[in-house]
Amino acid sequence: MADLTYREALRQALQEEMRRDERVFVMGEDVAAYGGTYAVTKGLVDEFGEKRVKDTPIAESVIVGSAMGAAMAGLRPVAELMTVNFSLLALDQIVNHAAKLHYMFGGQIEVPMVVRTAAGWGQLGPTHSQTFENYFAYVPGLLVVAPASPRDAKGLLKAAIRDPNPVIFLEHSLLYSLKGEVPDDDFVEELGRSRVLRRGRDVTIVSYSRMAVASMIAAERLAGEGIEAEVIDLRTLRPLDMEPVLESVRRTNRAVVVEEGWRSCGMGAEIAARIYEHAFDYLDAPVARVASFEVPVAYNRSLERQTIPDEEDVIDAVRKLVKR
Amino acid sequence: MNRDELVSLYHQMLLIRRFEEKAAEEYALGKIGGFLHLYIGEEAVAVGAVSAMAKDDHLVTHYRDHGYALAKGCEPKRVMAELFGKATGVSGGKGGSMHLADVSRHFWGGYAIVGGHLPLATGIALACQYQENRQVVLCVLGEGATNIGEFHESLNLAALWRLPIVYLVENNSYGMGTHLARASALKAIHAKGCAYGMPSRQVDGMDVLLVREAVSNALEYARDGLGPSILEAMTYRYRGHSMADPELYRHREEVETWKLRDPVRHFETSLEMGGFLTPEQAEELSRQVDREIEEAVAFAEQSPEPEPAAICEDVYAGTQEREVGTPVGLGQGR
Repeated sequence: MADLTYREALRQALQEEMRRDERVFVMGEDVAAYGGTYAVTKGLVDEFGEKRVKDTPIAESVIVGSAMGAAMAGLRPVAELMTVNFSLLALDQIVNHAAKLHYMFGGQIEVPMVVRTAAGWGQLGPTHSQTFENYFAYVPGLLVVAPASPRDAKGLLKAAIRDPNPVIFLEHSLLYSLKGEVPDDDFVEELGRSRVLRRGRDVTIVSYSRMAVASMIAAERLAGEGIEAEVIDLRTLRPLDMEPVLESVRRTNRAVVVEEGWRSCGMGAEIAARIYEHAFDYLDAPVARVASFEVPVAYNRSLERQTIPDEEDVIDAVRKLVKR
Repeated sequence: MNRDELVSLYHQMLLIRRFEEKAAEEYALGKIGGFLHLYIGEEAVAVGAVSAMAKDDHLVTHYRDHGYALAKGCEPKRVMAELFGKATGVSGGKGGSMHLADVSRHFWGGYAIVGGHLPLATGIALACQYQENRQVVLCVLGEGATNIGEFHESLNLAALWRLPIVYLVENNSYGMGTHLARASALKAIHAKGCAYGMPSRQVDGMDVLLVREAVSNALEYARDGLGPSILEAMTYRYRGHSMADPELYRHREEVETWKLRDPVRHFETSLEMGGFLTPEQAEELSRQVDREIEEAVAFAEQSPEPEPAAICEDVYAGTQEREVGTPVGLGQGR
């Protein structure tokens, strides 16, 4: 075990996979000379050279599309899009192409491509503070992964690189410096498995990415009030592994779904719907949702903090729910 | 080229012509659904271009792709079966007319989002360069795709990285019903390559041998590591954009004028005048093509529909079973 940051864990995953497999390469804006916008790819070009660590123009559609073509023809590209906000420019390649090709051509084509990108905020203004995992999780043919810990960042990225399908790998800029224990060896997590982070009997908190971390902080504080929350990190958003969630809700009879995105039509709506579909009779109260206010994210620090949820919002939601 | 090679080009063009005429009939009978984009009038481009490719060179095309599938060697019966949506179709009935592919022949498919296939074709060229395999990509697009961002992103990257790819523009004057003069600031489409410093030229797309020569030169240029280039083949589609097209945007005279330079008849005449083909041989070839088309239709007719289970197959690759049914897809989700 090593104590690594989320950023270092991602870098280690890339390094290990690039050493293991000649076909793996990295491409994206500022991944080489600059060292990566969030320094995930720092130093990779020194070890692997410019053939395998490619700086690209600012052209998201061809970043994803050319990675896809390379994947079709036998390589294992990891494309980096600087932030998830810019991934919208590549939606045609991701949705109309990457997600379709295997099915559309009767299984002849595989697209073993990873698209890494980062959500996050911090006075970045309305166009740079968004999170769009629901856009991708909506699409059959894609796998969508959103790790919340250094351990999962490494294990899931390695799994994503080895998977024969297109994987949207969503990181979070506010997690990059988070530290945690990461196994040293060739450690690969399974995609499509959620994980119980904390056991509890009173309420089930379901989340992922940064809000899973916030949910854990909330759970520890709630424990001080005598409320024991079970916290589940979904880790993969397509496919959704609901079984641990449903099993938990059947015991706690209360659920809070927590996400950073906007409430309407977000991931939380899907998770809540599935809880209603499969555990309705076990619920003692309606599923509570914690999400962003449905406004663009303002630059002003105070407005921004009011818009995006944090652990206080989770605590509030749980307190209200357990009283019902 | 020897006599057999020349006659083979003619055979392919005639096969495409008759295949498309038959497809139009089957569409009218309701055997083919959705969109059907016929290649009639443009045969010389696909046949000339594909004949210039090495066997393991890669082909990526737009959605008007029947001619390319046939030229790349796909069996007419499996192409027709795909149009019929049958399990025996080249794409198992899931792609249809616009999404034919045969990866074993390095035909990576027809793509139906205008311009959307350019980035991935460029990426296949990136793989060729990475693997140093001396293979080249031929990426076919319509002139309408040259106004799209993906065209410019792709050409820029290909030129920047000197990727082994040839962009072949089929300029048939119309993006659906809009004439290029009303859609493109630059009328000389090939000249758009200048923006990326790549060689560009125009070629008569109604002449199969001229297309072949131009594509051959461009492929060898790329194979030698000199980078991408762009060709503009001047051609014309006789039929509407798709079968649903009432053709209100063009005059009958324009169509008839282009037909005077019909690529199939033109080449047949050339072969006969050159002594490569007698009228009797032409007649025999015509009968042979008719038989091939009849067999293709019979095969498509008699082929089974995809099994119901196919609906959930090939959403994801690999041995690991991914949830596509319950509860999102076939279960409660629907």
